[in-house]
Amino acid sequence: MGMEKYEKFVKDAKDVLTYPPGWSLDNKTGAWRATKPVLDHERCTECGLCWLYCPEACIDSESFDIDYDYCKGCGICAEECRPGAIEMQREETGEGA
Amino acid sequence: MAMKLKDVSREEHLSLGNLACAGCPEMLGFRHTLKVLGKNTIVINATGCLAVVMQMGVPKVPHFHVLFENAPAVISGIDDALKAMGKREDMNLLVVAGDGGTADIGLSSLSGAIERNQDFIYLCYDNESYMNTGGQRSGTTSFGARTSTTPIGSVTKGEDRPPELKKDMVEIVAAHHIPYAASASIGYPLDLMEKVQKAAAVRGPSYIHCHSPCPTGWGIDTRDIVKVAKLAVTTGCIVLYEMVDGVRKVTKKVSKRKPIGEYLKYQSRFKHVIGDEEAIAEIQRGVDENFEAMMAKMSA
Repeated sequence: MGMEKYEKFVKDAKDVLTYPPGWSLDNKTGAWRATKPVLDHERCTECGLCWLYCPEACIDSESFDIDYDYCKGCGICAEECRPGAIEMQREETGEGA
Repeated sequence: MAMKLKDVSREEHLSLGNLACAGCPEMLGFRHTLKVLGKNTIVINATGCLAVVMQMGVPKVPHFHVLFENAPAVISGIDDALKAMGKREDMNLLVVAGDGGTADIGLSSLSGAIERNQDFIYLCYDNESYMNTGGQRSGTTSFGARTSTTPIGSVTKGEDRPPELKKDMVEIVAAHHIPYAASASIGYPLDLMEKVQKAAAVRGPSYIHCHSPCPTGWGIDTRDIVKVAKLAVTTGCIVLYEMVDGVRKVTKKVSKRKPIGEYLKYQSRFKHVIGDEEAIAEIQRGVDENFEAMMAKMSA
């Protein structure tokens, strides 16, 4: 979380404890990931189950691209994918950070 | 009419970057609930995991974190205020709370709000203990489950309350003659969304009890969350049903129930019973009895 942004926010908000919507976007939770879901577009049938079951909503509903900035790597999408098009790969470089 | 995947709204009402554990079922259920209710929703969140992870502007709808015990009282005030201002139409009022905030601490406030016939939807996430504070047992903890206050040792073997004494929140609420009450599961999102839709259409209080297996507290691999949630239904641990004006109807029929061991083996809170046939038989007996008693109440 950027310290400058936080200080500005605290100054603006004064003593009201509210956050504007979308303020959490700075918190790139992709850094938490130990395993990374990789979608094989060849095998994907575009059924939409991965999008439906993603707790983070970080899978696009049209292209089914995964937002690696925020994906926490829980693996529910890989487990629920019927054709088995999503594979969980070990995160080697920690590029989500 | 049954909801289809293509009918599900593409609009998201939660920002990315929340602080929930990976694979959090509450995030999943809350996301689906808001998809149905839309942006004209005011959310009152009783203390619990969800209230904590919703900090930092995650919800794009008005969201207030209140105490464990007063969420239904706060929503009552908002309901009355909106009515007095003539702005109640087209607004959805939602209370979200965990099982601790519902079955234990907030029960009297919920009872009062239903009795006053306030117009709101109450959504309870049942992860069967106080997960936010370290997994202490609650009124809905399953028989035999390990929690931080019901440990496994030479004297205690997990939760010792007999399964028939577990608080059945839907039935407690049903005794208030509520217009709409239902049980749901995060494993069946379309069923959950349909129930939220019906609850929103009701004028007056409505209650949905949503079963949510917790990866952190139950010791489940995060990827198995949806699978475990479905197993809870297919083994008969929970029955998905709804009650409209006193008439109970099963929404997810299970013709041949799976043995309970299938459900228990994914959870490390039941690690001590794996391989212990006697203990599993005891849990199975409780599940069977509950299931039969529940089925006897159903009208269809």
